[in-house]
Amino acid sequence: MQLVLFFIFGGLCAAAALNLLLTRHPINSALSLIVVMTSLAVLYLTLGAEFLAAAQVIVYSGAIMVLFTFVIMLLNAGEEVRTRGSRAAYLVGVPGVAALFSLLTFVFLSQGNHLGKSTLANPATLYDLSAVLFRDLLLPFEVTSVLILIAILGAVALARKEH
Amino acid sequence: MLTFLLLSLVKVIVVTVVLLLAVAYTVLLERKLVARIQNRWGPSRVGPFGLLQPLVDGAKSFLKEDIIPAGVYKPLYILSPIIALSCALLSIAVVPFGPERQFRGVDLFQITDLNVGLLVILGVTSVGIYGIALSGWSSNDKYSLLGSLRASAQIVSYELALGLSLVGVVLRAGSLSLRDIVNSQSAHGLFSWNVFGGFQFFAFFIYLMAAFAETNRSPFDLPEAESELVGGYHTEYSSMKFAMFFMSEYANMITVSCVATLLFLGGWTSPFGNLLPSLGGSILASFVPFCWFVLKVLFFLCLYVWVRGTLPRFRYDQLMAFGWKFLVPLAIANIIGTSLWLALRTS
Repeated sequence: MQLVLFFIFGGLCAAAALNLLLTRHPINSALSLIVVMTSLAVLYLTLGAEFLAAAQVIVYSGAIMVLFTFVIMLLNAGEEVRTRGSRAAYLVGVPGVAALFSLLTFVFLSQGNHLGKSTLANPATLYDLSAVLFRDLLLPFEVTSVLILIAILGAVALARKEH
Repeated sequence: MLTFLLLSLVKVIVVTVVLLLAVAYTVLLERKLVARIQNRWGPSRVGPFGLLQPLVDGAKSFLKEDIIPAGVYKPLYILSPIIALSCALLSIAVVPFGPERQFRGVDLFQITDLNVGLLVILGVTSVGIYGIALSGWSSNDKYSLLGSLRASAQIVSYELALGLSLVGVVLRAGSLSLRDIVNSQSAHGLFSWNVFGGFQFFAFFIYLMAAFAETNRSPFDLPEAESELVGGYHTEYSSMKFAMFFMSEYANMITVSCVATLLFLGGWTSPFGNLLPSLGGSILASFVPFCWFVLKVLFFLCLYVWVRGTLPRFRYDQLMAFGWKFLVPLAIANIIGTSLWLALRTS
């Protein structure tokens, strides 16, 4: 059952990601991205991470992507013109992505213990989850919050009108 | 296994049919009540007291010609009412209508009890915005686009206040499962409901305001302000596609009322606690809580109509200022207050 669901939603996710790159209208790209996010949420759900799945739908498929579509609608962005793409992207892009992917896989698989990780009971209650977030992994969690705060301040600084 | 599947299927069908009927009769309730507020009779010709009016209206929507304007972006134009209605119907799946009652391994009063039921409702609501947002854009019409821009900005803003207002309740219950949240308020009847005994009346107020805005209802019905925007986001829709938007609005109203009942008014628990003698057999014992639940939901639906009948519409900047500068800070203050109180009580 889990394997079947994985193939259905994994395939859907990959197909939507391809469509996101290949389609020419921005709104179709945005909608494909929503499909990617939502099928990822289903994959999380099949792995037993209910909270993560719900948070993924609320934050990514809901809030963030609504803002994306909102901006596309507001600017009334037209169809993109197809270009040949830059040569540098072709030359560096694929090996670069492959290298980054390998590095991340290595770090997460073999060095995970040094970075600090934790395993939740299945099904995880709200208490287990908050114990991990606010006690065991408090420092990474707070560092991430500060990172987001900096991003918000940066956005405000960029959007501020000059007097 | 087979009986489980069959029973679950029957349950899903029954809940969907009841929800759709409830949607139809909520429309009638609204028309009747608003008519009485304005000193009219409302629908009274079809059936006794106009009771068959919703069915006739439904038949009319089915039989009307379905016009698709020439300039629309067709795939999204057709998809968006489907998104709106399916998201509106989906979230009822995690709502428990009564105390847990197993029949051959199937819970009779809830389609599925999820660990994160409350978040599922929030998630489905946030995906439901796409129905409105895309309908306006794909209609290729300025009134629709303005309506849907207003709707998406409004819903995204008020969703924040709505989500924050629920944190206090979750803190008190210590769980995101709707059933656990109701059980946490069942001890002393009225006095252990979150709105009274739980000191969550600020949260209740914020939730109510945000819920009115989320469902695009008066006084926050700017996305379909007919004096400025013709019909708002559904200007270009006709026949059954229009009816789907209409049904999704009322289905959302019902879901929001159910959630308010579960979170703040103690769900299916009786307001008198254990003061009333428990009547009769086991069937009655599970039917009476269900009646309490329906009564409370009906109270919220009447409140919706009452507000619509009495309050004028907000101006758009007032709406945004009210959401961001008043409701969100109040919600954050409520979270801090509730956390402090809980921390002091446990320490």
